[in-house]
Amino acid sequence: MNEILYFYDGSFEGFLCCIFESYAKHEIPIAVNGDGDYALSVFPCRTIETDFRHAQRVYRKVAAMSPCAADFLRRGFLTCLPDRELLLYRMVVRLLRDGPSFFNNLTDEMLCPLRKAVRQLDGEAHLLRGFVRFSELSGVLGAEIQPKNRVLPHLRADYCARYSNEKFFIYDRTHHEALFYADGRAVIAPLGSFRMAPPDSEEAGYRLLWKRFYDTISIRERYNPKCRMTQMPKRYWSTMTEFQDAGAFTAESSPGASPAPFSPGGRPAPGIPSGSEPSAPASGP
Amino acid sequence: MELLEKLTILSDAAKYDAACTSSGARRGPRKGFIGNTASAPAGCCHTFSADGRCVTLLKVLLTNCCVYDCKYCVNRRSGDSRRAMFSPEELAELTIGFYRRNYIEGLFLSSGVFRSPDYTTELMIQALRILREKYRFNGYIHAKAIPGTSAELVEQLGLLADRLSVNIELPSEEGLRTLAPDKTKTAILSPMRQIQTRRAENREELVKYRHAPKFAPAGQSTQLIVGATQDSDEQILRLTQGLYDHYQLKRVFYSAYVPVVENALLPAKGTSPPLLREHRLYQADWLLRFYGFRAEELLDSKNPNFNPQIDPKCNWALSHLDFFPVEVNRADGETLLRVPGIGVTSMRRILSARRFGALRIEQLQRLGVVMKRAQYFLSASGKMAPGICISPDGLLRNLIASERAPLPEQETLQLSLFDPAEAAL
Repeated sequence: MNEILYFYDGSFEGFLCCIFESYAKHEIPIAVNGDGDYALSVFPCRTIETDFRHAQRVYRKVAAMSPCAADFLRRGFLTCLPDRELLLYRMVVRLLRDGPSFFNNLTDEMLCPLRKAVRQLDGEAHLLRGFVRFSELSGVLGAEIQPKNRVLPHLRADYCARYSNEKFFIYDRTHHEALFYADGRAVIAPLGSFRMAPPDSEEAGYRLLWKRFYDTISIRERYNPKCRMTQMPKRYWSTMTEFQDAGAFTAESSPGASPAPFSPGGRPAPGIPSGSEPSAPASGP
Repeated sequence: MELLEKLTILSDAAKYDAACTSSGARRGPRKGFIGNTASAPAGCCHTFSADGRCVTLLKVLLTNCCVYDCKYCVNRRSGDSRRAMFSPEELAELTIGFYRRNYIEGLFLSSGVFRSPDYTTELMIQALRILREKYRFNGYIHAKAIPGTSAELVEQLGLLADRLSVNIELPSEEGLRTLAPDKTKTAILSPMRQIQTRRAENREELVKYRHAPKFAPAGQSTQLIVGATQDSDEQILRLTQGLYDHYQLKRVFYSAYVPVVENALLPAKGTSPPLLREHRLYQADWLLRFYGFRAEELLDSKNPNFNPQIDPKCNWALSHLDFFPVEVNRADGETLLRVPGIGVTSMRRILSARRFGALRIEQLQRLGVVMKRAQYFLSASGKMAPGICISPDGLLRNLIASERAPLPEQETLQLSLFDPAEAAL
C-alpha cells in the first residue's frame, strides 16, 4: 500500500471519489485536501477527478451498511473541522472493515472529534434558524450569514417550509455560496461576492421598529450582558439587524447610489439553478 | 399616534411577562399560508435581549389601558404611564412584517383590561382572526386569557391561538386580596380549568375526526411573581406542583419582581430583583417536569426556602447521601437522573453507551456528564473517581466552589474597619 496525498474539488462527491480511488488503487491517503491549497509535500500527490458514478457507489455502500453512518458522513463533511476529510475517510474504512456496530459506542475515541463537530454544526444551524435576518428587496427576501460550518443544507428545509410562498435567498459569507428559493424549488449554488443593497423606506421602517422593540423589551434592572453573549455569541451579531449602526436604518436616498454588484435593481432572479453542478454537499434529496 | 411610538409603549408595558416560548406546537406548512410551527418544535430563539432573555415572539399588549388597579403592575389604573392601543389591523400587519423578516417566531398577545375582560378578549380575537384569516398566518400565537372572560370567548381564542395562558401572578390568596383587589382566585382558576377540560375533549375529537379544529395545541402556561409577597419557595413550588398535577400546565414561569411602583405593601423601589431565587425556582421546576422529583422532596416546612449557594438537585443529594454512590453500569434511568451533573441527555447516552461495554469513570465526561458535580455521587463498576473523599461538610464546600463563578452576583457589602466603632460612639 502506498501513502499519498489526495486533492479534490471540494465537493462531497469529490470526497467520495477519493475514498473510491484509495480502494481502487490500494493507497492510503495521509491527507485529503479539498480547498485548493496545494502545499508542497514530500509525499506523492494526485488530484482526483469527480466521477458521480464512483461517488454514488461509495455512498450506496455506506448507506447499505448503516444509514446512520451515511447521514453522519454527510453531516461530518459540512463541519468546519480542519481535518474532517481524513477523519471521515478513516471512519468509512473502519465501517467497511468492522461493520457498523462501533457507531453505537458513544465513547469511541475515533468518532469523538467528529461527533463533537457534528454537534456544533447542528447547534449552529439551530441558532441560525433564529438569527438570520431577512430584508425585503423589491419583493424578494434576502439575508446574509457568516457561520463557521456549512449550514445552508441544514437550513434549507426549514426556511423553505417557513416561506413556501415567498422568494428568498440566504448568502453564506464564509463559504461563498447561497441558497436560492422560488416557487417550490431550492438550490444551493456558489456565489463569489455579494453585497446587500441599502434598504428602501418600508424596509428601513421595519428595521427601525425591530430595533426599537429589541431595545425596549429588555429590563434594565436585569441587565446581564454575559448571559446574552453566552446564548448569542458575538460572531453572529454582524449580520443581525438589531446590532447594526445607524446607516442600516435610513432608507436609500437616491436610487442606484450604491454600486452594489448584486443589487435588487438587477434582480438576482432567485431560484434560477446556476449550472447543474450539485456543488453543495447534501444537496440531494 | 405613530406606530413606532405605540410599539415602544406597548412592548415596554409587556416586558415584565416572563413567558416567551414557541414550543409545543407541531403544525407543518400549509399551502397558501405563511409560516409553520413544526420546524423547531422545541422553540426557536430569534434574539436575546440585553438582560439575556430569549426573544422568540413579538411580545406586546393590545392596549395598556386597564380598569384594574393591581398594586404591583405598571399598567394599573392609578399609574401615570402613557397609554396606547393597537388597532387589530395594525397589529396583524406588524406581526407579518416581522415574521417575514425572520425577526420573530410568532405573536405573544396580552392586554390590559379595556372596559371589561369580555370586550378586551373580543378585540384580541379580532386581531388574531385578521392575522390568521386575512394574512394567512400559520406561525405561533400565544394569547393571554384574561381572568373573568366568558367561556365562549375563551373557546374562540383557543381555536385561534397555539398556547393560552392565564397568569396567577401572586402565589397566595392573601397576596391577591391585598395587592390585586379586583382579581379573585376563582376568576383566575376557572378559565384554566376550562382550557384543561376543553383540551381533553379536543384530544378525543381529534381521534375521531382528523381535521377537527385544534384547541390550544401547545397547551397552557402561567406565571408567578417571585418576591412581591412574603411567600416562601415551598409555597410557590407546591403551587407549581399542584398546577402540573391538576391542570396539566405545560409551563409555569417565574418572574422576579422588579419594583416599578412605590407602595407600602411592596418592596421599595430600587431593590434589586431576586434573580438568584428565580433561578433556583426554575431549576426546581425542571426537576419537577423532567427529573421525576416532587415538590415535597425538595422543600419542606423545616427548609421552606432554597439554599442560594447550591442548586436544588445538589441540595437534595446532600441530604440523601445514603442514596449514593449510584452505579453507572447498573442503575436505571430514574436513579441516574437523581445524580447531580447528569441530565436527561447524558442519562440517555449512558443507557445507550453501556450496552456496548462497561463504562469507566473517565469516559463519562465524553458522554456529557458534568463531572465536577457528578464525581462525588457516581461509581463505575464499583470504582469512584480517584482522590474523592466524601464528608458532608467538604462536599458542600466543593459543590459551592464549583458553581460560584457563573452565578449572578450577590449583594456584596464592603467591610469597613470603622463602622462598628462609629456605631459604638
